Parts: sequence; C-alpha cells; structure tokens
Amino acid sequence: MSSSSRIDTSKVATTNGTTAATASKPGRAGSLASWADERLGLGTAMKKNLRKVFPDHWSFMLGEIALWSFVVLLLTGVFLTLWFNPSMGHVTYEGSYDQLRGIGMSESMASTLHISFDVRGGLLMRQMHHWAAMIFIASMMVHLLRVYFTGAHRKPRELNWVIGCLLLLLGTLEGFTGYSLPDDLLSGTGVRAADGFLKATPVVGTYMSFMLFGGEFPGEAVIPRLYIIHVLLIPGILLALIAAHMLLLVYHKHTQWPGPGRTEQNVVGFPMLPVYAAKAGGFFFMVFGVIAIMGGLLTINPVWKFGPYDPTKVTAGSQPDWYMGWPDGLLRIIPSNWETVLFGYTISWNVMIPILIVPPLMLVLLMLLPFIEGWITGDKREHHLLQRPRNAPTRTAVMVALMTFYGLAWAAGGNDIIAIKLDLSINQITYFMRVAIFLGPVLAFWITRRWCISLQRHDNEKLLHGYETGIITRSPDGQYSERHLPISGTAAYTLTARDRDEVLSVDGGRDAAGVPAPNSRSEKVRAKLSSWMFSHNVQKPTAGELEEAHHHAQHEAELQSGLDQPVDGHQFDDHRQRDADQVPLRDH
Amino acid sequence: MTNQTPPPDNADDGTPAEYAGSTAATTSSAAIDPHVSTHRAEPIPDPGLPEHTWRPTDVDPRAEKRAERQVAAMFGAAMLCSVLFVVAYFTFDIGDNWDTVAGLGASTVTLGLTLGMALLLIGIGIIHWARKLMSDHELVEMRHPAASPPEDREATVAALNAGLDESGIGRRPLIRNTMIGAVGFLGLPAVVALRDLAPGDVLDIDRLAHTIWEPGMRLVRDVVGTPILASEMEMGDLINAAPEALFPSEENGYPELHGVEEQVEKAKGAIIIVRMNPDDITPAEGREKWTVDGIICYSKICTHVGCPISLYERTTHHVLCPCHQSTFDLADSAKVVFGPAARPLPQLPLAVDEEGYLVAQSDFTEPIGASYWEREKHEQQLQD
Repeated sequence: MSSSSRIDTSKVATTNGTTAATASKPGRAGSLASWADERLGLGTAMKKNLRKVFPDHWSFMLGEIALWSFVVLLLTGVFLTLWFNPSMGHVTYEGSYDQLRGIGMSESMASTLHISFDVRGGLLMRQMHHWAAMIFIASMMVHLLRVYFTGAHRKPRELNWVIGCLLLLLGTLEGFTGYSLPDDLLSGTGVRAADGFLKATPVVGTYMSFMLFGGEFPGEAVIPRLYIIHVLLIPGILLALIAAHMLLLVYHKHTQWPGPGRTEQNVVGFPMLPVYAAKAGGFFFMVFGVIAIMGGLLTINPVWKFGPYDPTKVTAGSQPDWYMGWPDGLLRIIPSNWETVLFGYTISWNVMIPILIVPPLMLVLLMLLPFIEGWITGDKREHHLLQRPRNAPTRTAVMVALMTFYGLAWAAGGNDIIAIKLDLSINQITYFMRVAIFLGPVLAFWITRRWCISLQRHDNEKLLHGYETGIITRSPDGQYSERHLPISGTAAYTLTARDRDEVLSVDGGRDAAGVPAPNSRSEKVRAKLSSWMFSHNVQKPTAGELEEAHHHAQHEAELQSGLDQPVDGHQFDDHRQRDADQVPLRDH
Repeated sequence: MTNQTPPPDNADDGTPAEYAGSTAATTSSAAIDPHVSTHRAEPIPDPGLPEHTWRPTDVDPRAEKRAERQVAAMFGAAMLCSVLFVVAYFTFDIGDNWDTVAGLGASTVTLGLTLGMALLLIGIGIIHWARKLMSDHELVEMRHPAASPPEDREATVAALNAGLDESGIGRRPLIRNTMIGAVGFLGLPAVVALRDLAPGDVLDIDRLAHTIWEPGMRLVRDVVGTPILASEMEMGDLINAAPEALFPSEENGYPELHGVEEQVEKAKGAIIIVRMNPDDITPAEGREKWTVDGIICYSKICTHVGCPISLYERTTHHVLCPCHQSTFDLADSAKVVFGPAARPLPQLPLAVDEEGYLVAQSDFTEPIGASYWEREKHEQQLQD
C-alpha cells in the first residue's frame, strides 16, 4: 500500500518491527495469504479491512463487554450441556449434597446439583454462566444508553439501533429461559407466574398455556421445551443479529467524538491490525478473566438452598433475575380488582397491562426513538460525530425520563425487600410507587433538561470568558475578583464542534391562493415538537461574539496585570506552550 | 499548527489515507458530501490533528526493554496460573466440605481464581503490548455515504425491473395470486402441526374448572399426608394441607397417580386451613355452613398469577402472597384487601366425618388460581 511507506516508525520500539506493514518480501505469512486468496479471493475485502480505522474512547468498550460476555456464555454453556439433563422425570437425589440426599426432584434439578457438587469446575462454570448472563444484559443496556445519549442512533445507524433493541429483548428472553431450567423452587415459581401471564392473554391464552406445558401446569414438557429454546433457537437468532450488528458497524464505520481533525467525513483512530485487534482481543481475555474470578468467588443462584420445585411451596422474597424486575414491579403496583368480564369472558387487566401491554409498548417506543427524532428534526444528513448529552437537552431528558420509569418500576419489583431492609410498610411503598411511576419521569425530564441547558451555558462561559483559574486578584481599591483565562484552542474548537439547532417553522401552511398546504396539520405538529425540542437550547457563540469577548478579556488582562503589552495570561498557570524544539512527551 | 498536506489520491477507496501527527491530514480539500453535515468548523476553524508525540517506550530503550519484560512476565505468569489450575483440579476434592472456603469449595474458588488470573494476565499483557510497544500513530480514513452511488442504484433498479418483467409477474395476476395463496396456505400445516404440543384431550381446557377434591375427601397435612382432626386445631393455627387422594394407600383406597397427573393435582389442590374465632368470620351468602367451629379452608393458589400464598398474619386474618403481595382477608371470604389480585381465594366447603377428621363437602365451586379467558364460563358451569 502506498500510504504504508509514509509511516514514521523511526522511533517505534524495534520489537514492533518496521517491515510488517510493507511486506517487502513475501514471507511465510505472505505465501499462506496467497494460498488462501487463490481459493477464497479474500484479498480485496481484506485490503480495506485489515487496517480499518477504529476510533478510541472508553465508552466504545461497553458494547464490546456485551459481545465478549456472549462468547463466554457460549463457551460455559457448552460445558454445562455436557452434564445437564433437561428432563422433568422424577428421580431421588443421591449425589454429594447432604441436605438434599434422598429427596425427590426432577432430573433437571438433580443434574444441576450433579454439576454443582460432583463435577469439578462445574459449579464454577454454572456461576460463570450466570454472571456472564447478567453482565451481557447489563452491558447491552449501558451500551444502549451510551449510543442514545451521544446521538449515535441517528442516520445512518437507525436500523442498527433497532437490531440492538431486538438483541436486548432476546437477551432478556434467553435469560428467563435459562434460569428456569434447573427446576428449583425459585425458578419454578417464576415459570408458574409465566403460566399466569400466558393465561391472561385474551382469546388464545389458555390454549397457549396448555401447548407450552403440554397440558395443565406444570406437566413434564416445559423444561425440555425451554431448553431447546435456550440452547438453540434464541442463541441462533442472537448470533445472526450480532453478526448483522457488527457488519453494519464495519460498514458505517464507528462514530467518533469531535475534536481537532476529527470531522464528519473522516474517522481517526488506530488500525484494526495490530492495535485494535490487540486491544479488542486482549479485552476479551480480560472480560473472560473477570467473569471467571466472579464465578469462583461470588455465589449466584444457589439452587441447592432453594430446593426442588414443589407447586405448593414458595419462599418469601421470591424475585426474578434483575432484568425481569421492572415488569414484575409494574405487576405489583397495579391496584386491586382490575379485571372485567365481557360477554362472559374474563379479561385480566391486572396482568395484561404490566406484562403484555406496557413492556412490548416500551420496546416499540425504544425502537422508534431514532425515527421519531428524525421526523421532528427533518434531518436527513448522516451523522458520524457524537454529541455530548448536554447538547441535546430534550433527547437526554427523554431518556432520563425513561430510565426513571424503568428504575421506579424496578424498585417496585423489590418492594418487599425494601420494606424489610428499611423497616417500611410495604403498602405505603406500593402507594408511593403508584404515584411516583407517573410523576417521577416528568420531574426527571424537567430537571435533566434544565441541567443540560445550564451545562450548555457553562460551556459558552468557558468559550467567551475562559476558565476559572482560582487566582484571586485584589485591585488597588480593594476589590477582589477571580481571574479567568482563555481555554486552549483545541478545547475551544472541541466545544464548538457541533451543529447549531434549527427550529422548524411553518409559514402559515397556505399557498398564495390561501389554500392550506396538504399535510399542514402534521407539519404544524412537527413545528411544535421541533420548538419543544430545540427552542430552549443554548447555541454556541458566533465568531463575532467570540471576538468581542476576547478583546474584552485582553483588555481586562492588560489592566489587571499592569503591563503595557498584551499578555497571554498563562504566566499564572502551567498551560505555557512548550518550546518547539523540545521533544514533546506524553504524560503517561 | 503543523504542516498541512492535502489527502492523497487514494483517500476514498477505503485504504488508510494518511497518518496523523507528524504529517497531519485535514479534510479541507476532501470532496464535500451534501448528505453530511459540514458547518461545524465555525466559529473556530478546525486546527487539524494535533502533532504526534512519542512515548517513553519509543525514545528510551530502557523503557522499551522494561515494557517488553513486563508483557513477557504477564504471559509467563498466565502460564503458571494455567498449571496451577490443573494442580487445583486434582488436589481439591469437591462434594465434601464444599462450602469451607469463601462460602464455596476450595476447588471452585481456586479453579476460578487460577483460570481468571490466567485469562486476565493474557488480556492485560496483550493490551500493555499494544499500548506501549505497537505503533501508536493514529490513522485517518475517509468515510463514504451509506448509500450506494446513484449509478449503482439505478443499475440495480433496472436489473430488478428487468427480472420482474421477464418473469411476467405483473402481467399474469392469475399465477401471481394463486402463488401467493399457495404459499399462504402453507401456514395451515405450519400451525396445525403444532396442535399436538398438547396432544389429544390433553388440550381439554375444561380441566381447569376441576380439582381432585370430591365430597368426603379428607384434608391431610401436605408433607406427611396425615388426616387432620378438627378438635386438634388450636385457635390461630394455619395448616398447609392437601387432598388425601395425593397420598394413596390401601387404607384410603385412592388410586395411584402418575408423575404428571400427581404434579398437576398437587398444583391445583393445595389448600390452607385456619382456625379463628367463629365470631370473627363474616360468612358470605350461601357459605354459612362451609366452616367447622371457626375452621375455614381456602385454595392456597393465588388468584393473581398462581403463586402459592404463604404469609399469614394471625391478628388480622390476612394472608399475603410473597410473589406480588396480594393480600386476602380470610375472615371475610378471602376478599382482596391489597395488591394486584382481582378475585378472592376460592373457598373449600368443610365438614367433619364420623371419626372427627376434616373433609371436603365438595370440590371448589369456582376455578382455582390465575384468571384465564374462559374462567367465567367455567364458574357458571360449576354453579349451575
């Protein structure tokens, strides 16, 4: 490649080699590559991708955690299948765990105990598998928040956002089917509740329940069926969607933060080979390692303490895994007696609303967010530079409101635990939640938006008046003031590297003859929404404002320092320019 | 800033165009795409990429050697951890004393720690190598619009049209419509083939209306299966009980139940029996004779989504479901006093047999457990 010859590797560590990228001699790797290329023809694709550039930022790692924990799930999951027996056949436990020996249970519970107590490393793998599942879902959620808060869901990445939302849904279902498999008391209780959810489905619910369970609950079909869904069906779809997610990531190229030289047209970062491959590959081992240590030290889902499932028993404090907690919370705070009988048929609103209506609705809303935003802004441009959350106050506030809704619903799902730990009345917590679930998001929206706008103002202050140095000066007549100094050119450019928001306006919606334009109503709604979204935002200063502020600051500085020539002000701090001929070294 | 050179000619074929830093690249002369927002470089012009700075490992051979040794040491320690994993595998027993170390077995803890450290050290080593010793020149690559070039799009549309035209799908609606019909009808086999997920009369949902309870069946303790004398229940007692048919013996003459059947009946037949002051009870209409000396019996299965209820508060006669906190007042026909449930717990009419044991007068008079679409119909049938 022509550009390769331009690398200045004169000072790069010799261990790195200087010839790798130039491939001046066809070495062993070269001849292997030709052998493969003559059969697979991958040369053309690889030419672009081996040195593909990925920008660097810690927040880009969140999705990677999800990806690698999924790999850990596949590896530990395969290990578990070697011993797990997904059968509801009845056996008497005869394994190593004293307290349950001689107790009747299903084969799936017995084999789970066998993995835990009679297979060396089995308990480790079980716990790693469960921890990895938690990390998988948690990191997907945090990744989703990062993407949304930074505006990475905008064109052209809307479809990848939708794929991501589907991955989150599938991950959640995969988690539910997985933790239901051991057939212990806790998971069995969850499956029974799921049976109640199915039965609450209008018209077909009862039949759906009978078909899933192979008859009446509990039957003996549900564990084998959940098993094949858990190990084949959902992982297959997950893999396909992850592949699509990654392909689109490569095709769109990763977004980057704005900064000097980083524009909408380019991507600046390290090449896939060697740096990114090393960093991402190394990170896989780190995620794997952390999960292994967690699996070795932190107990999770101790099914032996719960005992085998018995449909007549339950323990206090029964709760699903945390990611299923928020619908469970909604289920808990629904007021009593929400059930109607219509034409002789029973409609259970108390189950349908929190389980069958609100969660799917929230998922659809989540998937539509980029399209809604795109429609309001009318923005058809591609966006590859990320936005700081404060620079999209309404969007940020919308997500914080959704997070507040989620968080409150989730907390409601732990109302019994909260009541016990904090010695509160469970009834009062529930009454509070019934109100808070509506007020909380509104309040969170308002606070977040004002907060973002204040931060925008603060950015403008920094641009116009500089940063606060902490240096207090006293004027001859005794007045104290804090000295502000200009921020660096790089920082100033980075702060201003964003679009000015444009509020959509409708010009009456009538043509010259006074005939209202078609769609004028929807256009009016759009204009209103656009104004709601943007009109409060603080825009970056114009060149004129900056100039004026700098003149003013310079004048101040001259007066304050008592010098007769302008000074840059940096005599007071460490931000002095280095000498040009001094070898610049990075700090680390 | 630094000397700015225009990007080279190959800038938009996807190959890394230019190295940042000492030969800084800017995009000032790159083709401006109308679909991409461009007006960011105001009010302050883009100063261009900052100059590349050398790391200590680039300029100081000692730092370089040190980093190299650090990476190798981490890889070496990783190997050691893998060996220790094998040692731990064969050294520590599992089964006995499984909870002696950190609440888990020595085996699990050491296997986890050694495997985890081996993996972590490899990971940290590789990343250390990348950060300290691999070239840290940032590259600049140009982006392309996600859309295909217009000529490609036109060619694709043309090819699509040509293909559709040659197939004649537009001109032959008979073929088109029957084909759509034929493929659509495949839905029938697909759906019908799943019918036997609950084969034969296993799909008989009317089973939900009945439990194993029948007139004269004794109430027995749920674990041991012994019948309950009305006289031995103290005021305030709560007993988790089951139908005697779940404990078949030669004495009681109930037939043996198969695995699935037993589980199903167990899931539906579970009851709680409490004894309270008869004056506290507010009997519902028609249920005046369903209790025996203040002994009253309800289904244990919550009418919300079917968890077994369990937490009884003696002073208030309230029972709480631990799953979603539906609370029922057992003194007042088990009406819902709090929580999401919509219906009272079904009551089992009680009597005493000639030996003084508690028996059921009949089956429940309504379906037990969670609501379902046909529930009301079933209740009507039961009460007729």
